[in-house]
Amino acid sequence: MAVKLLLDKAHVEGIRTYEVYRREGGYRSVEKALKQMSPDAVTEEVKKSGLRGRGGAGFPAGMKWSFLAKPEGIPRHLVCNADESEPGTFKDRYLMEFLPHLLIEGLIVASYALGSNATYIYIRGEYAWIPDILEHAIEEAKANGFLGKNILGTGFDCEIYVQRGAGAYICGEETALIESLEGKRGNPRIKPPFPAVKGVWDRPTVVNNVETLAAVVPIINMGGEEYAKIGVGKSTGTKLISACGNINKPGVYEIDMTISVEEFIYSDEYCGGIANGKRLKACIPGGSSVPILPANLLLKTAKGETRYMNYESLSDGGFATGSMMGSGGFIVLDEDQCVVKNTYTLARFYRHESCGQCSPCREGTGWMEKILKKIDSGKGSKSDIDLLWDIQRKIEGNTICPLGDAAAWPVAAAIRHFRDEFEWHVNNPQECLTRNYGLAHYADPRPVAV
Amino acid sequence: MITFSEERLNQVKKIVARYPEGKQKSALIPVLHLAQEEYGWLSAETMDYVASLLQLEPIEVYEVATFYSMFNLKPVGKYLFEVCQTGPCMISGADNIIDYIKQRLGISIGETTPDGLFTLKTVECLGACGYAPMMQLGKHFREHLTREKVDQIIENCRKEAGVLN
Repeated sequence: MAVKLLLDKAHVEGIRTYEVYRREGGYRSVEKALKQMSPDAVTEEVKKSGLRGRGGAGFPAGMKWSFLAKPEGIPRHLVCNADESEPGTFKDRYLMEFLPHLLIEGLIVASYALGSNATYIYIRGEYAWIPDILEHAIEEAKANGFLGKNILGTGFDCEIYVQRGAGAYICGEETALIESLEGKRGNPRIKPPFPAVKGVWDRPTVVNNVETLAAVVPIINMGGEEYAKIGVGKSTGTKLISACGNINKPGVYEIDMTISVEEFIYSDEYCGGIANGKRLKACIPGGSSVPILPANLLLKTAKGETRYMNYESLSDGGFATGSMMGSGGFIVLDEDQCVVKNTYTLARFYRHESCGQCSPCREGTGWMEKILKKIDSGKGSKSDIDLLWDIQRKIEGNTICPLGDAAAWPVAAAIRHFRDEFEWHVNNPQECLTRNYGLAHYADPRPVAV
Repeated sequence: MITFSEERLNQVKKIVARYPEGKQKSALIPVLHLAQEEYGWLSAETMDYVASLLQLEPIEVYEVATFYSMFNLKPVGKYLFEVCQTGPCMISGADNIIDYIKQRLGISIGETTPDGLFTLKTVECLGACGYAPMMQLGKHFREHLTREKVDQIIENCRKEAGVLN
């Protein structure tokens, strides 16, 4: 049986209410942390747990906390990044919608560790019904003494506020999020200074993803060392994966990072196999920004070893033959899908979401979209493929924030692994409008299920 | 002339109180949401009013309102269909749904029906990839869209608006 630390109570009737959540053991971590531990001891547990940021970058959360500057007399803030916008990713939404108190509990403990008396949840504007759910949970926590002034008589004060964004993928980048929280356009800041020194209103700030903050609850309850025993290597604890695309059971799954990619896709406990009896063609395993992999490289590494659902294994082979864990947005493409068209929609997404500050990203994302559209509609030439490669290479690493890289990687990986499909479009301008390229050599190495 | 009701002004006050003294600019996006809820879209007059409420220069409001895709800078229909067309929705059949809505409403993307009831927009990923195809309608998502579901949604909107078929 798989270990579940976050979603184990997700199906308990009424778990959204304080009463049921508390009865099921909720808010114990707040009692433990505030009454028995110093703020630094809490940070130390998170460090020991090996918890890595669940938003996509995978940076060790405890280390991020320890970087927070603590100048005398200047308030500090914790900001929860709930701007989940990476295509393929919908796990934070699930947590907030069904386990709002778990997030609030994690936020209180983290706020205590960091010394944040005013904590903000910045949630993407399109999740318009979720702030009501969160605000209700906040009210309940407050009514029961877990928020507000002098929490549990410990002298610690904390308020949590929910702030809606208004439609901008870039606000998931922490400095853009901070700008947006200050009422500005979501233009990422040049770093340094890092938010840990100068964040919201120039005050020291930690920005953490929803899932990262929820994971603080089991870490405090069980202890960092115990948490670190779950998983493998530097992939400790559990990870939420939002699976979508051409699979039988799309949804949000909690995994302990020791299972293989093959098991995740084909087991009935998770994705339940490819929908409609089709075969697997390709997969984007960690949100739209990470490299797409053809079936053969997805299930096994280039060395022929089993690939697992964790940070190290998914990135085995680097960008040449591997991908990334990213945000856990797992997008599966079956044999009927067109890689050129899929890449085109992603390029359009990044063009739409570029904030426009840096020329390589502002101009480059638009060029890539246009060229991909041209190839997809049978009007491309062979030199267009080389031009695409050239543009993506010149965006990567040349922008203030990682959106440029995020736009370049999917294009690079699609050409790297599926160049023949691009060439087929160029060489068959009529045929590519009426049928898809199919599986070709990307065939799922598994036998066809009968 | 644009003015908020007493109730709206109280909401603004509550929002401003979330931030440190003098940082009321942070309330801009939430207050623009309130204004759009009230008027359906953000006219220059509305934005100027928001600027005066928060003691900002009008340009500070315009530059924010034009940055974020949820703010409507021109009038939209009573029901705004925002259909996702990004990768995961695309591979789950979003194109067919968009074509079907166009055909049912007799409008193209970005247009409003002559009766002012419906506007069709395409949007980029809304975070419902596992429940694709999908669209946003007001505060909520409509997911696992099929032709039948689209028919049902259009009919329900018409009924709600008191328009007979």
